[in-house]
Amino acid sequence: MKTIVKLAAIGALLTIAACSRPGSQGGPLVNDPYAGMNGAGAGAVGTGTLPGTAEYFKANVGDTVLFQLDQSTLTPEARTTLANQAGWLNQNQGFSAVIEGHADEQGTREYNLALGARRASSVQEYLISQGVQAGRLRTVSYGKERPLEICSTEDCFMKNRRAVTALRSGAGM
Amino acid sequence: MLRKILLTSVMALAGLGMAAPVMAQDGPLRIEITDGVIEPMPFAIAAFHDEGGAGQYLQQVQQLIAADLTGTGLFREIPASAHIARPASFDAPVSYEDWKAINAQALITGAVSVQGGKVVVKFRLFDVFSGQPLGDGMQFDASTGNWRRAAHKAADQVYARLTGESPYFDSRVTFVQETGPKDARMKRIGIMDYDGANVKYLTDDSALVLKPRFSPDGSRILFTSYASGFPKAMMMDVNSLGTRSLGEQPGMSFSPRFSPDGRWIVYSLEQNGNTDIYQMDAASGAQRPLTNAPSIETSPSYSPDGRQIVFESDRSGSPQLYIMGANGGEPKRISFGDGRYGTPVWSPRGDMIAFTRQVGGKFHIGVMRTDGSEEKMLTESFLDEGPSWAPNGRVVMFTRVTPGGDGQPRLHSVDITGRNMRPVQFNGAASDPDWGPLLP
Repeated sequence: MKTIVKLAAIGALLTIAACSRPGSQGGPLVNDPYAGMNGAGAGAVGTGTLPGTAEYFKANVGDTVLFQLDQSTLTPEARTTLANQAGWLNQNQGFSAVIEGHADEQGTREYNLALGARRASSVQEYLISQGVQAGRLRTVSYGKERPLEICSTEDCFMKNRRAVTALRSGAGM
Repeated sequence: MLRKILLTSVMALAGLGMAAPVMAQDGPLRIEITDGVIEPMPFAIAAFHDEGGAGQYLQQVQQLIAADLTGTGLFREIPASAHIARPASFDAPVSYEDWKAINAQALITGAVSVQGGKVVVKFRLFDVFSGQPLGDGMQFDASTGNWRRAAHKAADQVYARLTGESPYFDSRVTFVQETGPKDARMKRIGIMDYDGANVKYLTDDSALVLKPRFSPDGSRILFTSYASGFPKAMMMDVNSLGTRSLGEQPGMSFSPRFSPDGRWIVYSLEQNGNTDIYQMDAASGAQRPLTNAPSIETSPSYSPDGRQIVFESDRSGSPQLYIMGANGGEPKRISFGDGRYGTPVWSPRGDMIAFTRQVGGKFHIGVMRTDGSEEKMLTESFLDEGPSWAPNGRVVMFTRVTPGGDGQPRLHSVDITGRNMRPVQFNGAASDPDWGPLLP
């Protein structure tokens, strides 16, 4: 990873201005949370983000974990991602995070709000167990209101059953 | 506002040979909703009389009364082209033979005038085959801007006399209008007449809003808003649009609903990922939990006497329906079918509970008795959810969503026989309907 970081830093100097998006404090910070989740090395060079940035977090650590149908328990893959998230958050104390819980569209609006809250809470608890201070984390549920993928088949549903760790500048919530 | 006047004196003047208003309810002309009407009752509206300045309203009032009645699926209008004659004036005697000949079982006569900025609607209802009036003639007036209400009131009287049910046409619905793509939907709270007319918006689309619900008198709306970035139960005054949060709980609060007497608000409160049902004193804001379980408890709805609450819980492993006392306590499960049950709402008549059921890859709107018996599915589609009862407990409105990336929610209504399902006339995507009270 160290090599990657150095290469990334060179590119970042050239592109960092372009990476700072106005208004990124507001809604979700990410358009595609899956970018860079696989084979992050090459992607890091290309995107050229500094390791201590939200862009790096989403591209190289991964800001999203997925859930099984109707479940809020963490899969082994999710735990790996969250351990990496915790490591990054522990190293970058200038950030806090809002954990967004989401559900697919199978289910009523109200139940899905509650289910999304369960998922966000599972992520929050795990990050705290990995040393992230509770005061830096907050949860919100969007239920089925903010799908990532919009088709109505399992291909999309499985990507919508997710929790997204959305970074905010500042150490506390 | 709207005024109603009994036309008994007019009837006496009309020379119909009746000293007193006739209560023609012996062997009455009656259509039963629960019988499952296969053949709608044929009725005729004799061309209304213009009693001064009626203008456009003459036709519009007649058409709206006919639309209200035929929209129930219980009645079929015999077109004017088939009529033989009409009474010479609103007060002239009715020639029953002319209406028997075209097999009109019920006859509506009427008159419209505009007086001092008010639309005045008069009507009478007749049982053609028994040859007598069904109840008194009545008169309603409303400002010209509210002319539809006067027509709805007249249609409500006809509906109530012919079905024996309470009326519901003169009522409003609050709902969520949706715009934008499915992954970035914008929503705002709207209000409209039950038939989709007179749409107004009460919020802008700057914050996600969900599940508006009327207070019992229709003057306030409870809803869930993301204006703070986190879901919070809010209350809005319909006239002033003044809005306030229902207290600053930690965690998210959502799905608020009034008790039938307006004194209490029940809602869902999430803390540390767990959702339970809470009750708030609407006046003082004092709140307390009604459930305390590690499972999801949500979607509470009071019985009309205020003594019980039906809600949804996944304590058994999947979402099912439960009833508990208004002060909480041990709940009793009432749904036992396959699949998942949610969003229960108690009928204002008290006899039934409507709900969403998800089974076999489909969504249904269903109804059951309050003990869980006589469960019946009224609809089936990719995604139907969130029923809300008409004020008379004989029709529910709900959201139907079409599948796919460009899928859209639309409001639909269905009667409790499941035979008369139709889209609500609203031009655009909409969800989360809540049917308000019958207007005074």
